[in-house]
Amino acid sequence: MMRISRFRAILIVLASLLGCLLAVPSLMPESTRKSVFGALPSWVPQKAVSLGLDLQGGAHVLLEIDRADLIRSMTTQLRDDVRRVLREERVSLQGGIAVQPRGVQFRIAQADDRARAMPKLRELAQPAGQQIFGPTGTQTIDITEGPEGQITMAYSELGLNERIRRVGQQTVEVIERRINIDGTKEPSIQRQGLDRILVQVPGLTDPQQLKERLGRTAKLQFRFVAEAGGGDTEQMRNRDTGSPVAVERSVIVEGEDLIDAQASFDQRTGQPIVNFRFNIRGAQRFGDATTRGVGRQLAIVLDNEVISAPVVQTPITGGSGQISGQFTVEQVNNLSLLLRAGALPAKLSIVEERTVGAGLGADSIRAGLLASYLATALVATFMIATYGFFGVVAVLAVTVNVLMLLALLALIGATLTLPGIAGIVLTVGMAVDANVLIYERVREEARLGRSPISALDAGFERALSTIVDANLTTLIAAVVLFFLGSGPVRGFAVTLSLGILTTVFTAFTLSRLMIASWYRWRRPAKIVI
Amino acid sequence: MAIRFRFIPDDTKFPFMGFRSVSFPFSALLSVLTVLAFFAIGVNFGIDFKGGTLVELQAKTGNANISDVRDRSNALGFGSVEVAEFGSPRELLLRIELQTAPTAAEQERAQQNVVTKLRENFGEAYEFRRVEVVGPRVSGELVQNGTLGVIVGILGVLIYLWFRFEWQFAIGAVVATLHDIVLTIGFFVVMQLSFDMTSIAVILTILGYSLNDTVVVYDRIREMLRKYKKLHLYEVIDIAINSTLSRTVITATTTFLAMLAMAIFGGEVLRSFSLAMLFGIVVGTYSSIFIAAPILIYLGLKTGSGEAGKDEAVEAPKPVAAKARA
Repeated sequence: MMRISRFRAILIVLASLLGCLLAVPSLMPESTRKSVFGALPSWVPQKAVSLGLDLQGGAHVLLEIDRADLIRSMTTQLRDDVRRVLREERVSLQGGIAVQPRGVQFRIAQADDRARAMPKLRELAQPAGQQIFGPTGTQTIDITEGPEGQITMAYSELGLNERIRRVGQQTVEVIERRINIDGTKEPSIQRQGLDRILVQVPGLTDPQQLKERLGRTAKLQFRFVAEAGGGDTEQMRNRDTGSPVAVERSVIVEGEDLIDAQASFDQRTGQPIVNFRFNIRGAQRFGDATTRGVGRQLAIVLDNEVISAPVVQTPITGGSGQISGQFTVEQVNNLSLLLRAGALPAKLSIVEERTVGAGLGADSIRAGLLASYLATALVATFMIATYGFFGVVAVLAVTVNVLMLLALLALIGATLTLPGIAGIVLTVGMAVDANVLIYERVREEARLGRSPISALDAGFERALSTIVDANLTTLIAAVVLFFLGSGPVRGFAVTLSLGILTTVFTAFTLSRLMIASWYRWRRPAKIVI
Repeated sequence: MAIRFRFIPDDTKFPFMGFRSVSFPFSALLSVLTVLAFFAIGVNFGIDFKGGTLVELQAKTGNANISDVRDRSNALGFGSVEVAEFGSPRELLLRIELQTAPTAAEQERAQQNVVTKLRENFGEAYEFRRVEVVGPRVSGELVQNGTLGVIVGILGVLIYLWFRFEWQFAIGAVVATLHDIVLTIGFFVVMQLSFDMTSIAVILTILGYSLNDTVVVYDRIREMLRKYKKLHLYEVIDIAINSTLSRTVITATTTFLAMLAMAIFGGEVLRSFSLAMLFGIVVGTYSSIFIAAPILIYLGLKTGSGEAGKDEAVEAPKPVAAKARA
C-alpha cells in the first residue's frame, strides 16, 4: 500500500493540481473572474459554479399549461371542424353538436349521410403530419358510433398528451421571444415534465412585469360584428365599456399572420395605438374582407375581449392597420411586444414562484461563508490538535477534496443551491471521517506491535475497504435520490454523489501519497499518531 | 506534537451490548412519542408542503413597524396573515395561507393577487427580500417526490448491504436509519421548526451521515466475527465498537463543531438546517452503536462458533485485548 511508483505519484499530483486549478474560477467574485480570465486565451477553462437563485437573487416562476382551458379550446375547435365537414358534405344533423368534456357528440339519422360523412370525420381524427411521423396506428381522436346514428368523437389520452407536448414546445418558443426581447438578462427557460415550464431570471427581484408578460395569451383576431339576423355568432365583452357585443364566429385574420407590431401615437388624437402589418396571406384576407364589408363594423378581439370595433370606411388592401382603444403608453408597449412574440397556444397558470432579493442572497452567502471559514478553522484546529502532522495531511487532503468537488461541479455546469451546500458539508464530514478512519486504523495496527511500514500498509488497506463500503452505501442512496428527487433534492444528490467520488479518490491517492512520502523522508522507527 | 490530546483512552472495554435492554426500549419510547407528538402537536409544515405565500420584508429605513404591517395586511382580506420578526427588528416574515377557491388554477390566480396587493401596499416602505408562492398542485408533489426518493434510496441500500454483508446487517442499517429519520422528524415537531424543502435536505444529510457511521461499525463487526470465531456475538460486537470508538467520537466531534459554527453564524436561512443537523449527528452516532449493532443479536446473526444468542461459548476469555495482540 505504501509503495507508489513515480509515474503514479506524478499522475496523482497532476490530477490534484488540475482539480485545484479548475476550482479557481469558482472561488473568485464574478468581477475579478472576468478581468482575470478575460486576459487569458479562451482555451483556459474558466467555467465557475453558477449560483442558484436562492444564493444569487432572482426570480423563479414555474408555469403550468392550463389543461382544462386547452381541452376546452380543443373541443370547440373540433366542434367547428365537424360543423364545417358536415356542411361541406351536405349532411343534415338531428339536433345540434353537443360539447362533452373531451369531445363532441351528434346524431346523423340517415344511413347514407353517415356513410358519406364518416371518412371525412376520420380524416379529422388524423391530423396532417401524424400519418408520417406519428406513432403508427394511434388515433388522436376516438370515434365511436352508437345506436340511432349517434356519433361520439373524443380525444384519446394519447392524443391529449401529444397535443400538450406540442403546445409546451410552442409555449417555450413564445416565452423565449417575449422575454428575450429585452436582451439584457439571461433568462433560462426549461420544460419540466409534460405540461410545466420553468422560467428563471437571475437578478430580477420584482417579477410583476415578467408575470404579466407570461400570463397574457395575446390572441388577436379580426372578426365582423354580427348584423341583425346574421348566422353563427357569439357574445363577447367590450373591454372598455363592459357591454356585450355579438360578433361572427368566423375569423377573418388572426395574430399569427402579423409580421410586425409597433407602439405609436394616433396622429389626430394623440392617443397611444399599436400599428401592425400583415404578411401576404393576412393582407389578402384582410383586403378581401374589408372590400366585401365596407360600412360594417370590424371587431378587433384580443383574448376574447373586443378592444374596439371601428366601421370599415374603405377597403384596407395595403396589409397594415392600427389598433386603438383606451390604452396607456405602457399598455401599447406591452401589447405590441406580445403581438410581435406571438400568442400563447394555451393559458398558463403560475403554480410556483420564488423570488429572492439580491440583498438576501448576498446576506446568505456572507453568513454562509463566515460560518464555513469558522467551521474549517475549528475542524482544522481539532484535527491538528488530535493528530499533529497527520492532522495537517488530513486538512490538506480535505481541502483538495472540496476544491476538486467545486471543479467537478463547474465542469458539469451544475448550479449550487442551499441544499447543494448541505451536500458539500456532508462531503467535508465524510472526507474528515475517511482520514480519521485511516489514522485510527494505522494507530491500532501499530499498537498491535507491527513495524511502522507494515502498520501503515495494513492500516491503509483495512481503512480503505471500510471507506469504500461506507461511501458506496451512501452513494447508492444519493444516486437514487438524484433520479427520483426533484429540484432541491437533486441539487443535494449531485453534490453528495460527486463529493463521495472525490473523497474516495483523495483517500486512495493523495492521502496515501502524502503519508508514503513522509515515511520515505523520515523513516520513523515508531509511528506516533 | 507532544501536546496532542486524545478523547478516548486506548483499550476501552465498555460493555455496550449490556445497554441493549435499556437502549431498545428507550428508542422505542422516543419513536412512539414522536408518532404521538406528530399527531397531537402536528408538524409545522412550511409553504413548500402546505402551499401558501411567504414574504420576507426589510424596512428601507429604521425598524419594521410590525403592528402596522399586521393590521394593514390583515385588512386586505386574504384570511389571517401571520406576521413575525425575522432575525432582526428590521425584517419581517409574512405567511399567508393557501387561498380557497374551487379549482387549483383559481387558487393560483388568487395567490398571485395576494403578491400583487402586498407589493402595492408595502413596496414603498419595505424591500421585498424574498417572495415564495407555492400553489396547491406543486406542494403535494414535493412531499411525494421527497418521500419516494427516501424510501427507494433506503431500499437500494438494503439490497447493497445484503449482498455485501449478511441480511441481518441490511435490516439493521435500515432500522437504524429509519430510527434516525423518525427522531429527526420528532425534533422538528417538538421544536416547532418550520418543515420545508431545507428540512428534506437535513433528513437526507442525516440519512447519509447515519449510514456512513453504521457501515463503519458494521465493517468492523464483520471483521471481528472472522477473527474471533469462538466468542459470543455480543462480545464480538463490543470489541468492534470499542475498537472503532475513538474514530466514532473524533468524527462526530469534528462534524458537530462544523455544524455548531453553522448554527451560530450561518444566518437565519441555515439555522434550522444546522440545528437539526446537530441533533442528527448525536442521534446518528447513538443509533449506530446502540441500535444498529445490538439488533444483529436479535436478528440471530450467526457467529463462527454457531448461532447467536445460544450459550455455546459460555465463558469467554476475559482479557480480550490481550488475545488480540497474540
